[in-house]
Amino acid sequence: MASDSDSDGDFVTFGTPLEPLEEDEPLRKPVPLHEQTVKDEKGRYQRFHGAFTGGFSAGYFNTVGTKEGWTPATFVSSRQQKAGRQNARPEDFMDEEDLGDHGIAPRQITTTADFASGRKDVIRDKARAITSLSAPIPGDTVLEDLVAPARSSMGVELLRKMGWKDGQGVGPRVKRRLCKQRADSATRAFGSASPPNGSSESQDEEDGEFLPENLTFAPKDVTPIDFTPKVDLHGLGYRGLNPLAALRGGPGAGHINLFTMDSDRTNSLFGEDRKGQRRRGGVAGQGFGVGAMEDDDEDIYHRDIMSNYDTVLGGEEPGDGLYGWTAPQQYNRTKKDHSKDAAYLGKILEGFTLASDKLETKTIFPPPNLPRDFRPVHYFRPVVDLSSVSPMVAQALQTSRGHMAQEAPSKGGRHQLDSAQRRELLGEATLQGPSSVFDLLKVEDRERLSGLRRPSSDTSSGPRQPTPGEARAAVVAAGVAAAAARASAQKALSSRFAPHAEQQQQEALSVWSGPTAQAQTGQTFKPFERTPHKQARYDLYIDQLKQGDRDALELSLDPTMTEWERGRERDEFVRAALLYKPSSSSLSCRFTRGKQDDGVEADTVEVTRDQENDVDDKQAAVKMKMFGKLTRDTFEWHPDNLLCKRFNIPDPYPGSGFVGMPKVKRDKFSVFNFLTVSESPTASASPAPQGVKPSEPGKRSRWDVSGQAGDKERKEKDPVSEFLSVARIEASGSGPEASTTDGPTTDPTVEPDTEQKDEEEEEEEESRPSMDLFKAIFASSSDEKSSSSSEGESEEEEEKEEGVRSRAGTGPQISNQLNVNTTQPAPPVSAIPSQHPDVVFKTPSGPAAAPPPRDQEMEEEEFGPRLPPPSSTLTERRPSLTPSAKDDKHKKKCKEKHKAKKHGKNKKDKKQKKKHKRHKHKGKQKKSSRKEESSDSSSEGSDGNSQEDGEEGGGVSTEELLRRLKGIRGKKLQ
Amino acid sequence: RVSGVFHPLIFSRPTSFSLPVSFSPTLSLSPPPLSFSADGNYLLSCGSDKSLKLWSVSRGTLLKTYSGHGYEVLDADGSYDNSQLCSCSSDKTVILWDVATGQVTRKLRGHAGKVNCVQFNEEATVILSGSIDGTVRCWDTRSRKFDPIQILDEAQDGVSSLKVSEHELLTGSVDGRVRRYDLRMGQLHVDFINSPITCVCFSADGQCTLTSSLDSTVRLLDKSTGEMLGEYTGHKMKGYKLDCCLSSKDTHVLSCSEDGHVYCWDLVEGSLMLKLPVGKAVVQSLSFHPSETRLLTAMEGRVQVWGAEPEETEEDVVVVQQEKA
Repeated sequence: MASDSDSDGDFVTFGTPLEPLEEDEPLRKPVPLHEQTVKDEKGRYQRFHGAFTGGFSAGYFNTVGTKEGWTPATFVSSRQQKAGRQNARPEDFMDEEDLGDHGIAPRQITTTADFASGRKDVIRDKARAITSLSAPIPGDTVLEDLVAPARSSMGVELLRKMGWKDGQGVGPRVKRRLCKQRADSATRAFGSASPPNGSSESQDEEDGEFLPENLTFAPKDVTPIDFTPKVDLHGLGYRGLNPLAALRGGPGAGHINLFTMDSDRTNSLFGEDRKGQRRRGGVAGQGFGVGAMEDDDEDIYHRDIMSNYDTVLGGEEPGDGLYGWTAPQQYNRTKKDHSKDAAYLGKILEGFTLASDKLETKTIFPPPNLPRDFRPVHYFRPVVDLSSVSPMVAQALQTSRGHMAQEAPSKGGRHQLDSAQRRELLGEATLQGPSSVFDLLKVEDRERLSGLRRPSSDTSSGPRQPTPGEARAAVVAAGVAAAAARASAQKALSSRFAPHAEQQQQEALSVWSGPTAQAQTGQTFKPFERTPHKQARYDLYIDQLKQGDRDALELSLDPTMTEWERGRERDEFVRAALLYKPSSSSLSCRFTRGKQDDGVEADTVEVTRDQENDVDDKQAAVKMKMFGKLTRDTFEWHPDNLLCKRFNIPDPYPGSGFVGMPKVKRDKFSVFNFLTVSESPTASASPAPQGVKPSEPGKRSRWDVSGQAGDKERKEKDPVSEFLSVARIEASGSGPEASTTDGPTTDPTVEPDTEQKDEEEEEEEESRPSMDLFKAIFASSSDEKSSSSSEGESEEEEEKEEGVRSRAGTGPQISNQLNVNTTQPAPPVSAIPSQHPDVVFKTPSGPAAAPPPRDQEMEEEEFGPRLPPPSSTLTERRPSLTPSAKDDKHKKKCKEKHKAKKHGKNKKDKKQKKKHKRHKHKGKQKKSSRKEESSDSSSEGSDGNSQEDGEEGGGVSTEELLRRLKGIRGKKLQ
Repeated sequence: RVSGVFHPLIFSRPTSFSLPVSFSPTLSLSPPPLSFSADGNYLLSCGSDKSLKLWSVSRGTLLKTYSGHGYEVLDADGSYDNSQLCSCSSDKTVILWDVATGQVTRKLRGHAGKVNCVQFNEEATVILSGSIDGTVRCWDTRSRKFDPIQILDEAQDGVSSLKVSEHELLTGSVDGRVRRYDLRMGQLHVDFINSPITCVCFSADGQCTLTSSLDSTVRLLDKSTGEMLGEYTGHKMKGYKLDCCLSSKDTHVLSCSEDGHVYCWDLVEGSLMLKLPVGKAVVQSLSFHPSETRLLTAMEGRVQVWGAEPEETEEDVVVVQQEKA
């Protein structure tokens, strides 16, 4: 209808052209009205009804198809001819006209869906609809309808082949950007003043959004720009009074709304609902006043706000940006659920909410890449490697500077110094005195020993039958060999303590040969009851002691044993004899023995393997504020597997079968607990030789905490002694621990050398045998089984023990005496009997000699504690025989390895245990006992010890020491 | 400088505290290291009225009272997500509470004496309690077993204080030792202090430990070596088990004192920066807010929250950080 072109040639014709008029044709008569009828193709008349209702009547006078009405459908179903199911189709209700060319369902040839140009292009439809709104003929997009392509263009085909899908834009895939104002922009894009209705909805979506990182989307299709020419004379963006809008709204305008496509259709196109937004009606528009019917004057003057416009080109995309992608539901839910929980809790407990933050996830760092040539060997502690080798080697390693020098600096300097170096630092003179048993030997003996050197060092545990003298020589010779590499420092040490053992023997002799001992008939204590032979020998020894036999020890020992075994036994006997002195037996009658269990378990107690360092040393360190190495102990500790699991930590010891600190079984009270008796007096008598002193136990058990008797005194001596003790902790390995105790018992036949000789023999001192060596040589001898007493301990016995100790003339005292003697220039042993008037006579030597039964009984009563089985003591404190105390730490480590050398449970063990026991007993009375001891020492240590004190303690001024100390500490702190 | 800028908000306790003889009621901010929501801070106080109380710090109101202990409550701790509480008492028990309902989730018995301190681990899967019987017991909150997972009996005297970090356990004992159990390494480090320990803390960076002991000294020790990095004295701590703590950014060391003050030292310089008068009696406990500049003190049944004055807070922080740098 719209072809208004008058030009010939290319015009389009609509409708039926009129017949051309001919000039001469006579005027036809007008057709009378009644003849102007319309018939359909079947000749039926059609009444003209009017354009709005379709023009002509349909059916039979606008009713049904025929005069008779609808032809009813017939339903026939017979046996031969079953009626099929009939579905009513739209065609059933249509007239023929409807199916014609101009009907509502024209039947004609069309392209099927297969060949149609894809699915309906929504975007384009929208664009067209938008365009149509502003087209010259509203609602009509004539041109586009006319030129709609029958099939998709070649470009579209190509795009499809490249993966393009209908509805997507063209271009590289993009990551979704954050869209904050996307909802607004959808409306703003078209300059519509209507408020953004969809925002709330889209924000909700945004909240629950789940977006993987690497998800990309096709770009949004671009809405085609509608280049509508501006044909009116208004200003840009001005919309004049809209006549349609004037009619809109109002109760009576319902049907007219059909035509107000302008805004309504726009809104509906973009999914906006206009609920609650209906105008009340009346005329409205810019520049138009408020009508009488208007309730409000909101829209009189169009106030535009800038937020209706995009301020950025290419801003956010409308919609959620997830073009067709739907996140899994569970990701949307999580957050809401959590908040729901919190809200729920808030209802229960008002004002309280759960913490909203999650635990921060820990960053787990991957293990570093190992270099290709990495060797997976780790030395947990420097001591470990020492333990992996034999004690001999370990010792050699230690002494040879090459090995230890590397770790010494790292371990903190001064504490690694051995006593010699310390002495040099302190400016002290070398100790005087006999340096070893060797000094006590006659020249010819020594020569003999050197001849024996080889064989003895080779000896492991073979049953040899050397003569006593020979055996002794072998020991010494072995020592000579072993100590070749030793530092000169140990000369002094050994020289000090070699006579000490001798002194002990004398002590024992004097005690046991005293009148009280003689009076006692029953020997109550059988420290070696588990090994009858040993006990028998011990009894013999005691017996002979009682008779004042100076050679009691030698006589009672089994000559068939190896030298090492005998050395050990000698030592044990002396100590046992000193411990269980007859004098204390008077107490025994006051106590009844506890019932002892047969089981081994009853005899043993679990003790933590690693024990703490000396508390007094730490106290000193604390006093000096030297925190750190001195005050810190590090133990192995096994957390429970489940605990590790709960802490999200791998079990550090996956295979360990126990929990907590490693424990070892020990005899509850072994005789070795008491064998340290001589140690503390030594310390108290002379603080100076601490470095020389048998090394402290590396760690102590809990019940040992109360400390040693001598420590207090040392502390009182203050800075100097403090320094020394501090140093001692670190160097707890550096003192040749064996020296105090392992000194071969004096041989009466040996002539003590003069002091002058001592000096000559400094070389020889070096050769003092290390206990490790001994152990290595004499491992697995019968001694192993020999050192346990049968007595299960009991409380009473402990108390007895205590009583024993508290009595005058007990261990400490004895050892004090020993100390005194020690410092003297090696008194000739042969002369000793003369000093002891109570030596009466000698008993015939021989293992068979039985001690008086009464004595035995008594001793048993007194000394309930039994000796530990060698294994247990061994495991607990292993190679204490190593001469240099540096081994101390490593001992701990390699206990197991040295099980073979069990008998090597040496003096150090004994000492320690003894100490333990004492401390346990005396826990509270520590002070008093210390005082006692100190007084002892002060009274007795007047001669020799004081001399040494002068050398070591007094040789350097206190100020000087302090000064050094501070320097060291300063270094340390740095 | 922090000096003098604290002003107290006073919460009055409806229930009465009786001053304990040797151990004070302790209190702590309930979610200890984490998870303070922006608006909701809570504090937990426990006392000799056998109950523990949950307060809202911001509003100063009592939210809930948890009663179920038989004797005075000595310590309490909150789980990371605020959903659970644990408390310990003189009645030798440790109780796990449900915060919202106030029900006793679990009552753990096993200690032989008063339980001095209790802590959750990081994920609230284990409760660790230290007792006067010298043991630390690790209780499993996940299982229904009533036996502890492990008993740490290394202490030779009562355990007075206990802290848990990611993989470490720090205990202070009356035997004068600070023990650090390193679960990851399987080691126990014992530091000897020579005076009964009253309180131990980790620093926020996890490199140091702070110990206060009855010799009126607070010491800052290097965690790995045990060396002393700082010593803070001036306060009085002779007989009470009083707390010490570090500020949230490790810039200051704070300690209770028996003279009614809270002492605040600069961590690096060791100089006394503030002597905050709280009252006349012993300041029994204190706790520092995990993120803000807020301090909690307890004295004689009164809990006080101290905050830095807002206008000076900024400067304070800046100054302190500069000093540290």
